[in-house]
Amino acid sequence: MSQAFTPGLKRKTLERIVKTRFLPIEGEVLVEKGARVDATQSVARTLVPGKVYSYPLAPLLGLQPMESLEGQVRVPYQLERYLRKKPGEAVKEGEVIALNQYFFGLFKKTFESPINGLIDTYSNYSGSIFLREKPEPLELSAYIPGIVTEVFPSEGVTVETLAAIIQGILGVGGEAHGEIKVVVSGPDELVTADQIDAECKGKVLVGGIGMTEDALQKAVEVGASAAVVGGMPRAVLGAFMGYEIGVAITGHEEVGLTLIITEGFGHIRMSENTFKLLKRFEGKLACVNGATQIRAGVVRPEIIIPRLELDIETTQIDDEADLLVSGLVRGTLVRVIREPYFGMLGKITRLPVDPQTVETGSYVRVLEVELETGEQVIVPRANVEIIEE
Amino acid sequence: MTPQACCPRVRGVWTEVGIHNNVKIKNKRLSWCIGGGYRLDVENIKVILATDCGSTTSKARFFMKIGDEFRYVISGEAPTTVEAPYADVTLGVRNAVREVEELTGHKLLSPQGIIISKQSNKVGVDLYVTTSSAGGGLQMMVTGVASTLTAETAERTALGAGAIVMDVMAADDGRKLYEKIEKMRSLRPDMILLAGGTDGGNISHLVEMAESVVAADPQPRFGLEYQLPIVYAGNINARDAISKILGEKYVVKIVDNVRPTMNIENTEPARNAVHELFMEHVMSHAPGYDKLMTWTSIPIMPTPAGEGMMFRVAAELYDKTVIGVGLGGATTNIYSVYEGKFVRSVSANLGMSYSICNVLNSAGVANVTRWIPFEIDVRDRLGNKMIRPTTIPQTIDDLVIEHAVAREALRLGFQHHKLLARPLLGVTRSQEEMFQRMLDREEYGKTYIDMMNIDWIGGTGGLLSHAPDRVQSALILIDGFQPEGVTMLAQDSVFMMPHLGVLSTVHPKAAMEIFDKDCVVHLGTCIAFRGTLSPIKEQKIADVQLEMADGQVMDHEAMFNTMTRIPLGVGESAHVTIHPVRGFDVGSGSGKSWSGEITGGVAGVIIDARGRPLELPTESLDRRRLLLEWLTALQVYPPEYLDHLSKEAQ
Repeated sequence: MSQAFTPGLKRKTLERIVKTRFLPIEGEVLVEKGARVDATQSVARTLVPGKVYSYPLAPLLGLQPMESLEGQVRVPYQLERYLRKKPGEAVKEGEVIALNQYFFGLFKKTFESPINGLIDTYSNYSGSIFLREKPEPLELSAYIPGIVTEVFPSEGVTVETLAAIIQGILGVGGEAHGEIKVVVSGPDELVTADQIDAECKGKVLVGGIGMTEDALQKAVEVGASAAVVGGMPRAVLGAFMGYEIGVAITGHEEVGLTLIITEGFGHIRMSENTFKLLKRFEGKLACVNGATQIRAGVVRPEIIIPRLELDIETTQIDDEADLLVSGLVRGTLVRVIREPYFGMLGKITRLPVDPQTVETGSYVRVLEVELETGEQVIVPRANVEIIEE
Repeated sequence: MTPQACCPRVRGVWTEVGIHNNVKIKNKRLSWCIGGGYRLDVENIKVILATDCGSTTSKARFFMKIGDEFRYVISGEAPTTVEAPYADVTLGVRNAVREVEELTGHKLLSPQGIIISKQSNKVGVDLYVTTSSAGGGLQMMVTGVASTLTAETAERTALGAGAIVMDVMAADDGRKLYEKIEKMRSLRPDMILLAGGTDGGNISHLVEMAESVVAADPQPRFGLEYQLPIVYAGNINARDAISKILGEKYVVKIVDNVRPTMNIENTEPARNAVHELFMEHVMSHAPGYDKLMTWTSIPIMPTPAGEGMMFRVAAELYDKTVIGVGLGGATTNIYSVYEGKFVRSVSANLGMSYSICNVLNSAGVANVTRWIPFEIDVRDRLGNKMIRPTTIPQTIDDLVIEHAVAREALRLGFQHHKLLARPLLGVTRSQEEMFQRMLDREEYGKTYIDMMNIDWIGGTGGLLSHAPDRVQSALILIDGFQPEGVTMLAQDSVFMMPHLGVLSTVHPKAAMEIFDKDCVVHLGTCIAFRGTLSPIKEQKIADVQLEMADGQVMDHEAMFNTMTRIPLGVGESAHVTIHPVRGFDVGSGSGKSWSGEITGGVAGVIIDARGRPLELPTESLDRRRLLLEWLTALQVYPPEYLDHLSKEAQ
């Protein structure tokens, strides 16, 4: 039978987490296999090539195109006759890097580098020179504290740890770290600006049904590292970011903190168990990432809480049934993810084989759910997600 | 030597028709083998399986020859498994095909894959074909020299090949070179199409663009081992330079110039090269596709290419000017076949699930809510659909909201399409022609599509195919495209156009039979009037007379700003005579009568007297009342639901 449901979001108190840390381009790996690393420790580094600028060198030097052969191809210029430096060599702003002397040396034209950088290449076809800004160093952190279990020379490493993990539904911002600080008394409370103070600096804040725009701004001002809330109206998120998200591909926003929404858009109560889990680990380190990608390779934002008190090598983790393989069965705990029962939890009580007609008139496969309120409802199978616990 | 011996991966029933070209070929089966003297033995094909690997769902369609004609039998669907943790597209295909097996009792799978070469009546198929848009489909970057000339031609070429165009760069696009290089570096194209310059012209811009590609060093998404293919289809004078600059690092394929002169657009060679490279390089690197390619009888086609193929078939089959739309979860593809010209546009940012919020952002909240007959803040609802894209509407309110977004996706997608469906710019015209265009006040660069001349509008894609009532699809097409005159409407019954499109490349007869008998759902005919009244008032704008096949005559007075639905079933036809009042045109000119045969459909005949361009009242209550009148007249949603809304709008 095909799987016709939305796989759920993770919420586990203990899981073996493996993170692959790859540089975007080749570089240097700084740690060895078996090494213990901290979350913010660099595990690899590289130099990212700077921006490339093109300049019409030939006309600037007053060169006329001439036919000559470069290999088997006719080219108009021979720029190497005028360059004082070679590709790959560093140049300083203002430095003369090309010179054309003519009329018996009485006249000359020069080209001074407009940037600090290096000569990338030049072209005898177009008469252009390409200068590249200085490369920028890039350090790649471990992201999670743990043990380096594999090293890929020049590329990166994998790091493994034992941790609790919670996945959100949507996030903005990239990787961040901080101690968990719960700023509300329950999962149905809205975070307002007066609940944010200097104590929140560097922390991963946990809210309830959402945060006001003022509270978000205050969190940025005091230097909070991240915020995790149950819901967020799209209008509030848009005002905070300065634009409305059109496609859920995020992670590179620079909005001052990483934000993770666990339930959805709107003021939505954070799931009781998610709130309890975060509350349990209040004061502990959380490694968070707001990166989200909904299609072509689903990535969900995450809160990883390393269980540093456990020994990664000796701790046994119970094998849990793979819910993605077993799918929907009677008794499965699910969350409804579409109106009219959006956000409600329940247990599957029946899985009719034949499709049924729902309110819209669509003839679809459904299931019966007993909601947490006790109500028995019919819901399309596509409109539930399994609660993975 | 048999095809199988020469090309071990050939699957299917082949008949020798001449001397076989004994060339060792890797992964190129059909075109070479046909060129070499073999052809697919279509006469003996009786059982066909076709799949489409979408980004979310893999869809199998099963066809059989029943009597003398091919018919659609059944479908199977399963989540696509190209992404982690599965990372093998064939798993999702197997699951989808397994559903077909379970429903038909016909064995289709073996441990090795699809069973080709039918072994008995209930085992195997004669032909297996597939399309794919999984993993985001074919993503291309396109460059030209002049943005409205060669760059535009290059964009049309890439779109015609079924690609999603990530960016179009031109020497005059306003960006500095370093900005273009940075953008190239951040994009992760599967392929680049480099075009520009007419043959014999200056090559400097082309060379500069090629050098920029090297400087940017774009990293394709398939990893470091993947060598980025580049199709060069520009000025022939630059071929040597391009090969030298790009040949070392990239797979460069040189083809005829897409714009050899200003007056000629020649996109076919470049399109074919894109297809070829798509199979050889892009698909072969996507997870599981190397295995899938061994199952298929012919090369895998990008889904939009298959879709587009079928709209072209429709235009040919019905001998009509056609507008088609593939309204998907992430993209809206629009096709036009107008006076022999085929154009495809992809609005890669407009879709009904993944990019539904882009539609909202692009259209604006007001433009979406203007189609909704109740007050609601749609922003959070649509946001939740975006982040949980595979959910479906359970309440009618939710369905109405999605349909409103669909109208805007069509409208915006069509706007984008019209930018590409326009006469070639830069073409040398005779003085007489230019003078005539001035007299006609033809704007430079305006689309050539006149909605009054569109005969047939068809839709495909999940939302349209799964609409609970077909009249809902009909109204979405009408409101989105705003046809004028007399226009037939149709939709894809269960989403099988891409399947039939790829099938049509080897068995056009089967594809056309299934298309006509099982794929197309004839929605009916829309009669709409160009012209409007301002201010809006109650006034008759036309007399419409329908003479049915049984002799019954129906007379109707079309009042401005009303909609009427007249039953006329599938396969039925009627003779219609329309007398519009002055100021309104239904195809013969303002105030001039039109008469002809029209055909019915599941929605019948829809007389749309709202005028063109369509304007809705700005005042909310007036707008809601008017919407409810139209929805009630056409019976678009359940009557008790509309009654309830009407009472609220009093």
